[in-house]
Amino acid sequence: MKLTLKIWRQKNANTKGELKTYPIDGIEGDMSFLEMLDVLNEGLINKGDEPVVFDHDCREGICGACSLQINGEPHGPDRLVTTCQLHMRMFNDGDTIVIEPFRAKAFPVIKDLVVDRSAFDRIQQAGGYISVNTSGNTIDANTIPINKHDADESFEAATCIGCGACVAACKNASAMLFTSAKVSQFALLPQGRIEATERVLNMVAQMDKEGFGNCTNTGACEIECPKGISLENIARMNREYLSASLKG
Amino acid sequence: MAILTSSIARKVAMALSGLFLVFFLAQHFTINITSVIDPETFNSLSHFMGHNFVVQFIAQPILIIGVIFHFVMGVVLELRNRSARQISYKSFKGNKNSSWASRNMIISGAVILAFLGLHFYDFWFPEIVHKYVESNPLDATRYYPELLHKFESPVRTGLYCLAFVLLALHLWHGFSSSFQSMGWNNKYSKGLRGFTKFYAIFIPLGFIFIALYLHFNQIH
Repeated sequence: MKLTLKIWRQKNANTKGELKTYPIDGIEGDMSFLEMLDVLNEGLINKGDEPVVFDHDCREGICGACSLQINGEPHGPDRLVTTCQLHMRMFNDGDTIVIEPFRAKAFPVIKDLVVDRSAFDRIQQAGGYISVNTSGNTIDANTIPINKHDADESFEAATCIGCGACVAACKNASAMLFTSAKVSQFALLPQGRIEATERVLNMVAQMDKEGFGNCTNTGACEIECPKGISLENIARMNREYLSASLKG
Repeated sequence: MAILTSSIARKVAMALSGLFLVFFLAQHFTINITSVIDPETFNSLSHFMGHNFVVQFIAQPILIIGVIFHFVMGVVLELRNRSARQISYKSFKGNKNSSWASRNMIISGAVILAFLGLHFYDFWFPEIVHKYVESNPLDATRYYPELLHKFESPVRTGLYCLAFVLLALHLWHGFSSSFQSMGWNNKYSKGLRGFTKFYAIFIPLGFIFIALYLHFNQIH
């Protein structure tokens, strides 16, 4: 497969970037998108050029490290997959592929296609946890009866890998799907109810502080999320937030 | 206070003011459709609305404040949202994951606002001048002829119809979205969404029908 890649190259956060064109040949449909970039980088290194910098880690869709806006969509044209799970068979011989970093004020570019997503870590640190006494008197979680529906919904919310595709897809660069998934996974469980009020208030405050946009319910985040996190989580977070605000 | 300044509080404020305007729209449509069914009823209802103390001096100011609030909050949210992505994508395929109506509420809203300017110029300002500046004697039969007169022009009728199409797009996303913003997402949401989509088509289509009926009614 012969392709033309238009890739965002940017030296560092303080310089202006631009799209650069790279023709590439010998790409097979069974390769993953990241393997295709590996082939490109090998060629660049052999020629003495600087390789394209991009984020990756597990390469099996569970770590949330890989990102990339591919032809105008986060994680590319396939659904419910991360970039590392995207296969080149989704493209045709002769295609031009535009590859950009996830764009948001809260996700500044570090270099080329790598962005700083530590804003997500700070939102998580603001309340995305439960405080448990680990002195030996803690009740085993499995002994607490939990409604099956709530357990399933909590688990589904917890499958969010924090990749940032929701922010990248949203026209407002809103982080509400991510934040709501992290709020929901605890809000639905008895262990999470104890700190529910502070959690939602603190996490939303941190989300706003990071400079993400407001959610306007376009639903783009849900469609592009590689884990299929539902918009219901945003509604749940809104309810939690309103109820927590009224409690004071 | 965070409850007043947070992103969620702004969403809820937008949703509540929008729902208030949706309710007003239904009331406005109910009165307007009588101009097609029975002009005398239209005259009496218009006379009542134009001279009732509660409508004129309590409901009307609340409505105007509601419109201004919805508009100002919409612009504030749009500006904040634009600033959240300072460098735009070279390639962004929004239509792959969301509807045009949902992504362009500011455009449909701006057209509706421009239409409101024309609507006020056509009906509200002349009414204020008629009642409070010229101090004309009460005449409960003048409303229908005045209405017919306004829809004589094909250009004005066309502009009204165009604005109602944009209103339909605005409601298509905005009405159902307001419930999501307020945290309403449960087993009844599907039915409610169906109702909001029906409303988004039915009411603007009804207004278009009224405008066209009044326009063509006087030609023949």
